[in-house]
Amino acid sequence: MLHLTLFLVFGAVCLAGAINLLVQRHPINSALSLVAVMAALAGEYLLLGAEFVGAVQVIVYAGAIMVLFVFVIMLLNAGEEERTRGSHIALLIGVPGMLTGSLLIAWVLLHHSGTEAVGIGALPGPPKALAQLLFHDFLLPFEVTSILILIAILGSVVLAAKPEPSQEKEN
Amino acid sequence: MTSEANLHLSWIPLLALTGATVNGFFGKRFSRSLVAAVALAFCGAAFVWALVVVSRFSFLPEPVYSEPFAQWIQISGFHVEFAFFLDHLSLIMLLVVTGVGFLIHIYSVGYMWDDPSFYRFFTYLNLFMFFMLTLVLANNYLQMFIGWEGVGLASYLLIGFWFTKDSAASAGKKAFIVNRIGDFGFLIALFLIIQHFGSLNFTQVFDAAGRLPTETAGAGTMTAVGLLLMVGAAGKSAQIPLYVWLPDAMEGPTPVSALIHAATMVTAGVYMVSRSHVIFERAPMALTVVAIIGTVTALFAATIGITQTDIKKVLAYSTVSQLGYMFIACGVGAFSAGIFHLMTHAFFKGLLFLGAGSVIHAVGGEQDMRKMGGLRSKIPWTFWTVTVGTIAIAGIPPFAGFFSKDEILWKAYQSNWVYWFVGLVTAFITSFYMFRMWFLTFFGEYKGDADRHDSHGNDHGHGHGHGGVHESPMVMLVPLMILAILSIIGGWVGIGGRFEHFLAPVFQTGVEAAHEVEPHSSMEEILMLVSVAVAVCGLALAWLLYVKKPQLPKQIAEGMGSLYRAVFNKYYVDEFYARLLVKPLLLGSTNILWKGVDQGVIDAALDGSATGANEVSDSIRHMQSGNLRSYAGWIAAGAAAVIVYMIWVGTR
Amino acid sequence: MVPLHYYLVLSGILFACGVTGFLIKRNIITIFMSIELMLNGVNLSFVAFAAHWHALSGQVFVFFVMVVAAAEAAVGLAIIIAVYRTRETLNVDKVNLLKL
Repeated sequence: MLHLTLFLVFGAVCLAGAINLLVQRHPINSALSLVAVMAALAGEYLLLGAEFVGAVQVIVYAGAIMVLFVFVIMLLNAGEEERTRGSHIALLIGVPGMLTGSLLIAWVLLHHSGTEAVGIGALPGPPKALAQLLFHDFLLPFEVTSILILIAILGSVVLAAKPEPSQEKEN
Repeated sequence: MTSEANLHLSWIPLLALTGATVNGFFGKRFSRSLVAAVALAFCGAAFVWALVVVSRFSFLPEPVYSEPFAQWIQISGFHVEFAFFLDHLSLIMLLVVTGVGFLIHIYSVGYMWDDPSFYRFFTYLNLFMFFMLTLVLANNYLQMFIGWEGVGLASYLLIGFWFTKDSAASAGKKAFIVNRIGDFGFLIALFLIIQHFGSLNFTQVFDAAGRLPTETAGAGTMTAVGLLLMVGAAGKSAQIPLYVWLPDAMEGPTPVSALIHAATMVTAGVYMVSRSHVIFERAPMALTVVAIIGTVTALFAATIGITQTDIKKVLAYSTVSQLGYMFIACGVGAFSAGIFHLMTHAFFKGLLFLGAGSVIHAVGGEQDMRKMGGLRSKIPWTFWTVTVGTIAIAGIPPFAGFFSKDEILWKAYQSNWVYWFVGLVTAFITSFYMFRMWFLTFFGEYKGDADRHDSHGNDHGHGHGHGGVHESPMVMLVPLMILAILSIIGGWVGIGGRFEHFLAPVFQTGVEAAHEVEPHSSMEEILMLVSVAVAVCGLALAWLLYVKKPQLPKQIAEGMGSLYRAVFNKYYVDEFYARLLVKPLLLGSTNILWKGVDQGVIDAALDGSATGANEVSDSIRHMQSGNLRSYAGWIAAGAAAVIVYMIWVGTR
Repeated sequence: MVPLHYYLVLSGILFACGVTGFLIKRNIITIFMSIELMLNGVNLSFVAFAAHWHALSGQVFVFFVMVVAAAEAAVGLAIIIAVYRTRETLNVDKVNLLKL
């Protein structure tokens, strides 16, 4: 019972944040609602017994990535969104398409999944077991992602660097 | 039927072909003398070998000889081979073709000496010899057809020899196309023969046909075959209604007219009809049609010949008329008489054409007889040889034409007096217009201007200002003399029925001739006298109108008014054909085939596919809008589609 | 006890919201945030399945997703900054130099 209630609470926060992200006009508001979503999701992870993942969610996602987002918003002094004419395709095909997809998924899930329940902390998930998995079975992907991060760092430094004065004159 | 001795018949056409090939490929680099030497050597060699073959042939036990060469079509139930065949009929044709052909080759060396395309002329001439020999020496209809088509091709090439001239090119096309119409009939006849007899080989077909009954009802396969063969012959031998190409064919050089349109190619139709006599004898209706066509054509062409002013056109219509005589002979069943006339006609018509060429050469390219006259003293050799030819064609004894023409008239009389009467009238007209030509050209005052050192005469490619009217060189005169001698003595082989006896092995097979040969009946002698008298009357009338009272023709012409104009314009036949056939064909071809099918369907399909591709890409390119949100939309749509598909597959 | 499909429905709704934001928002940073929302929804789904099948590799995969999300966010924001420098706007409809 408690499980269900907690789930619904966290779920409601998630949804509210998601919808708020869509509705808000100023990007900073959207960013902050996204933070709320992530926090609620961390709670969901805890309910599922993934403590490590939940912690990492808060630290990395909410704590680093969203901070990055907020930095950029403030750096670029992003203002309220203007109303501009966009493309027809997005509204005509994209939205209904995704709606269809989601409804379909929902229908399928509701009809075909069993009613097995997942209990609180059902999964024994100490970090030790995770580390075992990560560094033994998934070692190669781990190393590759580290290289990926390296590349991302290099890339973002190069892309976001202030242009040289000579380059600016060329521009 | 194959003898043990090998006569190497195949060498004769192959020699001609070799000459054509050598001159064709290398002639451009040869000097004139070398080209002439090559052409004359190969043609002469063919003639000499023909003589050798003939002499050897006379020692063979049987009067037929067959020499297989190669296999051609071999499917179950139908065989065609390349083979050469000699019997008395093809022997005569062989000698005429090679002999007269060789003389004309010699003549052409002189006539065409100044032409820039000297080597091309001799290539075509040798090529023509090859095809004509293939036609004559063939032992089956299909090989004959090869030769048939080939001589049509050579005729086209030679008529349009000066192809830069529009009229010459058109004349070549006209000849070929009208020939083709005849060939269509010939082909259908071949198909009927294959269907009926299963073979195209002469011996097999004629053996089988010989066992068939005569179709007196006037209908049946043999009649159909005969009529269709006649269509082909009418095309090749310029009979009504397919004669219209022959007068236009005078655009070609004069030796061409002599060889092809007097002596050899146009006689191919007569040869073919004679060769198929077995079939024709089984179809009396077809024979009647042949005779009627011959009769009408002879008279028709002769009347047109009266009014022509171009010397070559007179001879052209005369050829059509004389061919009509040959068909009359075939039509009444007297095939040997037809072949006899073919032979003598080759001599005197060849002579007349070459003589006309000599005259044209003498006056520097002028062909209009109204601008000639009084040439008798200036070009005596030409004058005397042409005189011989004229007398021969008029049918005055003892020259060649008398014997052959009289034979035909006698046989025609025995069949139906109408044929004889029309033939007689035509003989009168023939004599008249030939002597008219003779008088206009050689007598009276010279009305031309070659003496004025004009170097441009007309664009026949022959206007060279030698300075005045001059006699032709010896190389042109010798063939004239030889042909003149032949025109005199050539008819003597027919005296006493010897010619008919010679051809008896060929024509006596099958149905007996309806009329027995009665040598020297009194009726025959009376008719002989009548035809001679008629010829002399023609001479007298021509003398009257063109020497004694030269202003009379004009008065008569004006007096006759529209009739004269109709005859002068060849009865407007060409215009009639143009209105009836050519114009609708052109219209249909332009509107339906060109604009409708070619532009509308084929081009439109191609253009349409190109335009379609253009339009499709035009509409798709809007996907690349440069608008990020539309890209986002397409991505989302695509993702949705994939998800839907995966769910659908997963829940199956 | 919460049935599995509740988690999955929640994940699906989050994903759908992310896509909708991706399509209808005009500010490029907001679009990026919608992408992050999508990734989060997917993460939830991974973890739910990991708990259901008692397989820890689901959680390991969540790590990888997060790493990739981080890298992508970093590079993407750098690009946004670069674009802002040249185009002076954050409106995605104005970045249309490739328009015909």
